[in-house]
Amino acid sequence: MAEYAKFTEEMIHTHTILVPDMLPIHFKLLIAIFESKGYHMELLRNDSRAVVDEGLKNVHNDACYPALLVIGQFMDALKSGKYDPDKTALLITQTGGGCRASNYIHLLRKAVNRNFPQVPVVSLNFSGLEKDSGFRITASMFFKMMYAVLYGDLLMTCYNKCRSYEVKKGEAKAVLDKWQDALGEMFRTGGRYTHTKQLYAEILEDFGAIKISGEKKVKVGIVGEIYVKYSPLANNHLEDFLISEGCEPVVPSLLEFVMYCASSNFFNAQIYDSKTLTSAIFKLGYKLIYSKQKELIKIMKKNGKFEPLHDFEHLRALADKYINQGVVMGEGWLIPAEMAALAQTGVENIICAQPFGCLPNHIVAKGMSRAIKADNPNANIVAIDYDPGATRVNQENRIKLMLANAVS
Amino acid sequence: MANNYSLGIDVGSTTVKTVIADISQNIIYSRYQRHFSKVRETVAEQLILIRDAYPNEEFSVCITGSAGLGLANSAGLQFVQEVHAAFLAVHEKVPDADAVIELGGEDAKIIFLTGGVEQRMNGSCAGGTGAFIDQMATLLGITADQLDELSLKSQKIYPIASRCGVFAKSDIQPLLNQGAMREDVAASIFQAVVDQTVSGLAQGRAIEGKVLFLGGPLHFLKGLKRAFVKTLGLDESSAVFPEDGPVFVAYGCALHAARLGERHTIDELISKVKNAASADNIITGEPLFSSKDEYDEFIERHKKFDLGYADIRTYEGDAYLGIDAGSTTTKLVLITEDGRILYHHYSSNQGQPLDKIAAQVKIIRETMNPNITIKGSAVTGYGEDLIMAGLSVDFGIVETVAHFKAASYFCPEVDFIIDIGGQDIKCFKIKNHSIDSIMLNEACSSGCGSFIQTFAMALGYDIAEFSSLGLFAEHPVDLGSRCTVFMNSSVKQAQKDGAAVEDISAGLSSSIIKNAIYKVIRANSPDELGKNIVVQGGTFLNDAVLRSFEKELGRNVIRPAISGLMGAFGCALYAKERSEGASRLISLEELEKFSYTSKSAKCGGCTANCQLNIINFGKGRNFISGNRCEKGGGKAKTNKFPNLYEYKYNSIIALKTAEQPKQPIGKVGMPLALSFYEQLPFWRTFFNELGFETVISEESSRDMYYLGQHTIPSDTVCYPAKLTHGHIENLLDKGVDFIFYPCMSYNIDEGESDNHFNCPVVAYYPELLTANNPRLNGENFRHPYMDMNNRKNVIRVMKQTLKHYNINGKIAAAVDKAYEAYYCHQADISQKAAEIISQARKEKRNIIVLAGRPYHIDREINHGIHKLITSLGMAVVTEDSVAQLAHTPKLGVLNQWTYHSRLYRAAQYVTTQPDMQLIQLVSFGCGIDAVTGDEVRNILENAGKLYTQLKIDEINNLGAARIRLRSLAAAMGD
Repeated sequence: MAEYAKFTEEMIHTHTILVPDMLPIHFKLLIAIFESKGYHMELLRNDSRAVVDEGLKNVHNDACYPALLVIGQFMDALKSGKYDPDKTALLITQTGGGCRASNYIHLLRKAVNRNFPQVPVVSLNFSGLEKDSGFRITASMFFKMMYAVLYGDLLMTCYNKCRSYEVKKGEAKAVLDKWQDALGEMFRTGGRYTHTKQLYAEILEDFGAIKISGEKKVKVGIVGEIYVKYSPLANNHLEDFLISEGCEPVVPSLLEFVMYCASSNFFNAQIYDSKTLTSAIFKLGYKLIYSKQKELIKIMKKNGKFEPLHDFEHLRALADKYINQGVVMGEGWLIPAEMAALAQTGVENIICAQPFGCLPNHIVAKGMSRAIKADNPNANIVAIDYDPGATRVNQENRIKLMLANAVS
Repeated sequence: MANNYSLGIDVGSTTVKTVIADISQNIIYSRYQRHFSKVRETVAEQLILIRDAYPNEEFSVCITGSAGLGLANSAGLQFVQEVHAAFLAVHEKVPDADAVIELGGEDAKIIFLTGGVEQRMNGSCAGGTGAFIDQMATLLGITADQLDELSLKSQKIYPIASRCGVFAKSDIQPLLNQGAMREDVAASIFQAVVDQTVSGLAQGRAIEGKVLFLGGPLHFLKGLKRAFVKTLGLDESSAVFPEDGPVFVAYGCALHAARLGERHTIDELISKVKNAASADNIITGEPLFSSKDEYDEFIERHKKFDLGYADIRTYEGDAYLGIDAGSTTTKLVLITEDGRILYHHYSSNQGQPLDKIAAQVKIIRETMNPNITIKGSAVTGYGEDLIMAGLSVDFGIVETVAHFKAASYFCPEVDFIIDIGGQDIKCFKIKNHSIDSIMLNEACSSGCGSFIQTFAMALGYDIAEFSSLGLFAEHPVDLGSRCTVFMNSSVKQAQKDGAAVEDISAGLSSSIIKNAIYKVIRANSPDELGKNIVVQGGTFLNDAVLRSFEKELGRNVIRPAISGLMGAFGCALYAKERSEGASRLISLEELEKFSYTSKSAKCGGCTANCQLNIINFGKGRNFISGNRCEKGGGKAKTNKFPNLYEYKYNSIIALKTAEQPKQPIGKVGMPLALSFYEQLPFWRTFFNELGFETVISEESSRDMYYLGQHTIPSDTVCYPAKLTHGHIENLLDKGVDFIFYPCMSYNIDEGESDNHFNCPVVAYYPELLTANNPRLNGENFRHPYMDMNNRKNVIRVMKQTLKHYNINGKIAAAVDKAYEAYYCHQADISQKAAEIISQARKEKRNIIVLAGRPYHIDREINHGIHKLITSLGMAVVTEDSVAQLAHTPKLGVLNQWTYHSRLYRAAQYVTTQPDMQLIQLVSFGCGIDAVTGDEVRNILENAGKLYTQLKIDEINNLGAARIRLRSLAAAMGD
């Protein structure tokens, strides 16, 4: 590997770490956790055309759209003059695995090296990559992060539901803001974030108190490549568009992706006869997270106002109907499993948001729609490609076609 | 009056359609009009016409169409998606239809009505239908209607890529340049549209029964109709082309409107449409010039780079002729001994380069002063071979050489040359007065000159007028920098948002430039291009494009006044240098009698069965094109060139006929596709050892691809993967007990990389096959997961897979034999590579490492590129055969795929061998090569080697590859 600036432990206190805009709700909570350890982080929100242009300039144009956007957003921020390059670092997630995504960090480093060689790039991963970095995730942080994802998912689910039906515009946002602040504070100060049962109930109650209209809306599920699925920058504000079209967007939780990554590890060990200590640890970690997921599902069911998260073991069982769990590159078997789970829970209109030319999605998204439709004749699945050259009008027109089918 | 009329307005990408339906749902009024991107104005115009006809009426109203969405939103009117509108109309008018195909300006749609209603639209990649036909007509220099007439007189159909407009274009271009009949090309264009619709949209669902055809192109173009009817096997009663086809969707829209309660007077509607705010989400850039002074300075500056002129009638002395037979244009320059221009010509070749150039030579011969002696002539460009043969031109040179010669004439210290022509973008970096690296646009990003021209025509302007509009645009639209098809939809969006024609024109100029800089050159900063930059090619005659380039780079460049003629000028200079005193160039007498006939034939020299085009010039002089190797060219094969691609392929194919067990216990099938090109020795041996008869699918071909086309769910996956579908069908037809095709996240670890994955497509393709081919099931298709690095795992998994055969005891031994065979095969390939290299060195040949993936040895995938290389006198070896001779160099990326890690090592090895160069073969759609390409290029260029990348797809035309390879050969010769 080529030389690049390293993130040292001292930098924790001297540098601002910029975070890409992928999952605003979750990332705000995650940032609070890092702040509790003395880090200073900032979630980027720049989303002008300049982001795409910087991406085009700095990344091979055939590289996938998420890489182009994440790198474009960083470069745009660094060039804006708002940040002192001597006191700034960049954070990027890295999943590891056979997809191109594992290479984002290197593409980012190439781009950064040309313009701001002093700026270190840190990797957020749970696969043991980048061991020489001063950026470390301790066990306690890991647990906090797990809770942050759980709370983030709950907030996202409730928020999407409420804002689709709220009578008074802005009410759902107010509740969301309130809880993001409160939870953020708990993570920063080590408050009662572990009192999950109580907090879940309070959150559900708060959102449940929002007055909603009784109208029946078309539910639209969003699955796909992790970044494009969640990031409004990448999917042209898909959730907002769906709401403006009178639909309710249903977005599967981030926890599912986390659990997918964990289960892939030990499942691989099983099919390839390569069990190690690491895979055993992943299995333990998975069991822990699963118990937490079940707890949340139980409380959501009890509350009854919101569709609970998909039980992960159920998702695995669903996947087995269509594809082997050995398909673990990109979002792998999770995409067909989520599509099937959505269809089962009455969300029969599904958008698969993916970067143009995404390799795993040939197999797991476009490749599996036919089989899922065969089992769910009413399922209405459309794959939408996102790309710097793809236009919104094209994307929206295809979504509109899907919606027209939904009512007919 | 309360007549309960409803009004449907269909705003497409090129036209506006209005329909009024009465209460019994009859069409009482309809109109069809091109909008030339003036969407709001045209709709308002149409509404005024309606007001004149129905002054006191109130209407329920609705808008549909791809450009209608924005208008509906901003005017506060209802919108219905156009496919849905079509659905409503069909339901009313032709209730017994089974399927509907609608082609619009840019969209293709299909609706299945019986057996589960399904509505589909083309994806964002498989663009262009109506627009595509327009573009092809432009290419031929005719209108769409003339294209239609031509097609009706066709005799044969050429295979043309059916995936997307741009691809088809690069198939058509060489056909034209090689002299194929225009009638046949026209019909082939329509056939490509049909194939695209059928394969891209239907995706396995049969189009049967009564089929309704809608949309402008299907209404007006008889040839297209004919092609659809024939391909789908329909007859008069089952193929319905309704009288009101073009306004059918608008009618559906009116039906939808009737269901809406709200009613409007026409005046209300007109004011709503006129006052519709243009959306503010257009992204605009800076104007090209901030002031008149800046413009004047610009014009003044570029005037300086011009040549002297001399009169062809009065000049006496020696002269040299240069001809550039480009893809869409024809250029000729006749110069004097001291480089003054006597005659020049630039025009569209209208698909007939030979006729055009012959006519020009004739004009020169007729008008020139009798005391002029043409002492030499040279030709370059796509049509080089044809023109050389037809007109007895003295020299044929590769385009890069011609352009470099011409650019050096204007700027001896030139560092960088960029040439944007009708269809190509060519860039060369110059180091030490020789070409150091060459960058050409890929088939996918050909947003070049002909693109602006097509756009200008679509918007109702001529090209010069259209581009000058952009010069002073105040808010050039940002249209992105993707390929033509994407730019079409960007323009559509800008139109929708109310951008002015001026702004679109400037935006197009800028996107061509961005495409060139970021996609073709891949520059990170202007400094990379060097100080002295010469721009040329017809497209740079357009001042808006030139200015965009200067602005994007932030520096001034040199544009010779003969920018469009540089290739021809370079040829003339070359002819002057190499002249041996007399020229063979066709004489006036010969020109008077000049004629030729053209016919097509299939070469039977080998299994590639090249489609040949034979042009006969009389007196037994023939010109043959379409051949890949020298065999078809009518020349005897003189020497057996060393070629590892051939050897490796043959050694895999030999396994098909290898010995089988006497009394087989079962019959197993394996597809000759993807990873099997490497693992076949392993699995063949394994099953053979166990007593299975092994059946390997037939060799790949275009027909094999068609065989499985209906089970391909993703039209953007790579061609090697698409071919797999055909191989599976082939095996199913052969009747095997089961097809064996394992899934593998990991490939063999060769110990030189960070990880050893397969790419997602190679790793899991069997999953996709089983989910999309209804003939496959758990019994006849076995795709277990295993890790080849773990012998025990392979044994366990294979025991489980074959448990019904009760051969558990034999499996371990068979696996061991299989590993042995695999490594033996690898060693054999390396051994052969060593032989080829030493033979080449003995014969003083250069050696090319043609670096791809194992499956690139498939002839249907590589299209015989290796033969093209050997025909240039170079030897060919594979990436895997030399990879083990070097260690992985320092990389800037994660090196985690086995196949790809070989590229890095092969490149590293090449840097240590003075007589070797590497060419990277990249299958279109291979996302991973976006990572590897830059890295391989770095390794090579850092060591002073050339980097050449060839992108390949289903297109079997090697025109662009040939230019690159010849340029490379020329550079290696230096």
